[in-house]
Amino acid sequence: MEEIWNGILRAVELIVTLNPEVMEITARSLFISFTAVFLAAIIDIPLGGLIELRKFRGKRALVDLIQTLYGLPTVTVGLLVFLLLSRSGPFGSLELLYTPTGMVIGQMILISPILIGLTISALRGVSPHIRDTAISLGADESQVIRTIIKEARFAVIAAVLIGFGRALSEVGVAMMIGGNIRDYTRVLTTSIALQTSMGNLETSMALGIILIGISMILNLSLSRFQGR
Amino acid sequence: MLSKGLLMQRNLRISMFLIALITISAALSAADEGRLKIATTSSLYDTGLLETIVDQFAEENSATVQIPSHGGTGIAIAAGQKGDVDLLIVHDKAREVKFIEEEDGLERRCFAYNYFYIVGPEDDPAGVTGLNASQAFKSIMEKGLSNPDQVKFITRGDLSGTHSKEQSLWKAAGYNYSAVNTSGPWYVDAGSPMGATLIMANEKSAYTLTDMSTFMAYKGNLTLVPLIEGGDELLNVYSAIAINPEKHPGVNCQLANQFIDYLVSPECQEIIGTYGQEQYGKPLFFKGEGNCEVMGCSAEECVVPTQAGCAQA
Amino acid sequence: MAFLEIRDLGKSYGQAQILKDINLGVEKGEILGLIGPTGSGKSTLLRLIDLLEEPSRGTIILEGRAVSGRPEKERIAARRRMAMVFQKPVMFKSNVLDNVTFGLMVRREGQAEQRKEKARAALQAVGLSGYESRDANTLSGGEMQRIALARAIVLEPELLLLDEPTANLDPRSASAIDSLLQSLAGGRTAVILATHNMMQCRKLADRVAVLVEGRITALGRSEDILGQEKRSGTSGWKVPGSDLPW
Repeated sequence: MEEIWNGILRAVELIVTLNPEVMEITARSLFISFTAVFLAAIIDIPLGGLIELRKFRGKRALVDLIQTLYGLPTVTVGLLVFLLLSRSGPFGSLELLYTPTGMVIGQMILISPILIGLTISALRGVSPHIRDTAISLGADESQVIRTIIKEARFAVIAAVLIGFGRALSEVGVAMMIGGNIRDYTRVLTTSIALQTSMGNLETSMALGIILIGISMILNLSLSRFQGR
Repeated sequence: MLSKGLLMQRNLRISMFLIALITISAALSAADEGRLKIATTSSLYDTGLLETIVDQFAEENSATVQIPSHGGTGIAIAAGQKGDVDLLIVHDKAREVKFIEEEDGLERRCFAYNYFYIVGPEDDPAGVTGLNASQAFKSIMEKGLSNPDQVKFITRGDLSGTHSKEQSLWKAAGYNYSAVNTSGPWYVDAGSPMGATLIMANEKSAYTLTDMSTFMAYKGNLTLVPLIEGGDELLNVYSAIAINPEKHPGVNCQLANQFIDYLVSPECQEIIGTYGQEQYGKPLFFKGEGNCEVMGCSAEECVVPTQAGCAQA
Repeated sequence: MAFLEIRDLGKSYGQAQILKDINLGVEKGEILGLIGPTGSGKSTLLRLIDLLEEPSRGTIILEGRAVSGRPEKERIAARRRMAMVFQKPVMFKSNVLDNVTFGLMVRREGQAEQRKEKARAALQAVGLSGYESRDANTLSGGEMQRIALARAIVLEPELLLLDEPTANLDPRSASAIDSLLQSLAGGRTAVILATHNMMQCRKLADRVAVLVEGRITALGRSEDILGQEKRSGTSGWKVPGSDLPW
């Protein structure tokens, strides 16, 4: 119990004094996860639109698969990406292992099922008459997709925020692909793991509280969008 | 509304469920009396040696032994300081001594040892072969500073037993550790457990300090080779310490002492001395028995049964 | 050949046959009334003409070229010459101006300013000047219907398909819309007006097709089908169904 209270105090201390190491780690966490979500969204939202709005064989199975992958364990994704990026793997020559770029790629893969799947759900919430109206007014396929995504924009933004939250708080990919290298790939989650293994429970708690704080802000924004 | 018959059936099911619940919790709490909790380090735990010893001990003494903490040395010591475990098995003399001085532990018992290795790429760009450990470190740093693309060193950076040993080697090589730590891109702070650190060193063709047993376990997947394998400087001594029941009431001191006594017994020492022979071609540990001088442990603390009793406050 | 020609059109969903042996033609500048009881297939017919669905049998021909059964690119091109107002129109989640300019935007016609100008003119034509920045989804059913109409006429389509365009309107608004539709007569637009409202049909349509249970049971000049009646501004309530030709 003492650790939790001391952890809160330490968290306040670290934030108020703008502790440089903590600031750096936090900034890096936000940057990597934000980049991952941004790039993933550019691909996944239109992809979700295509999947939902086209008819094709095996559509149902595909959507089921995507939804199953929501809960993919982060270490499993980490392992998968590691095997791809390792020197002995197919993309080893790109030298992306143990780099922030590699972490971005790993997190993109991690959150893509969520982004695609929740986009599909969001689009399903749009009235089918919207589609007919858009088509009858002369929209072609990509214009129809864009229109429906625009109609569902609040739910789609909510999906992006959820993806961001997941990327920010995951540790499996960050650890395996990033390697927790000081001043280079160390982020909040991997720092928490390190501090814990060192027995620095108060610092670990403090970092955790900072991470929770960021998640809280995210979730508050989320409720605003979902409330619409 | 439910008929009388169904009501009785439902009540019967609820009662049976409650009885089962009570029985299970009774069994669980009873288990606490004969339960020993050990905190140890990942480098020892990952070899499987402890589990082998634990299985033997548990059978012979009808006890339940668990190892809930097997992360870094730091977290093991923290668990001991909070009284969350009954026994500590670690490999960092300085911190062990402090632990006992602060009355968190009763006494130290050395019971096994092996060596750290300095491993690196086969072509050995820093030319450490044939040097002793501190000389090797000196060479790695010099070559790393001038040519970080060719020569790199990965540190665990997590204040583990291995990391502590590494720091003492830098000191022996004549360097201030904080200077080494920030001197350049050749020195990579991985903040990771041993296995992950080895994998990173492998990927980057870098040098690192590793305990023998983790390296043997990972060897098949690595192209790294051990370049320096022995010598006093690389000594790795494992000790056991029972948690002090006066400072931490409620710890299972009896069983802890019993376990330590087992560790130093000839039977267990034999298990330790031959462990890994089959799987790796050579044993992963050396028994403490008869090797007190090598280990640098005094007679009172070297492979002898426990002296301190379990007096409660 | 008429501007829009429909030949032997049929539509079935599984076992249910909704439309059978439909043969129709509509000329530019003509208003064709389409009347029939609920469920007779009027909406389905309009949907087929708008190429929202493919017919099960038969062809739809626009200006001499078949448009049904063609690849998507051609269908999109054909659709962009038409505009349809649905029975219960839905608005996009945006303001009225965005809704009305949607079709222009989709065709990438003109600059933003020009589109806005056209939209304002269309809104004025339907009597909703000043509604530009209102949230389209907060409007009443009648207002939405008029927006949907504005959305269609702003495109100056060659073929205008209307499914009960004044069903939700009060008599005065309905009358204003009727005048608007009337002004299209003799112009470049071919109009198909599906309606329950006999009086409206008599007033506006040049020819009438009667659709009963998916078939055309009568087709001809509205005077012949609906009986003689003065066409100018007759007000007064006519109880629908009192002189139905089916």
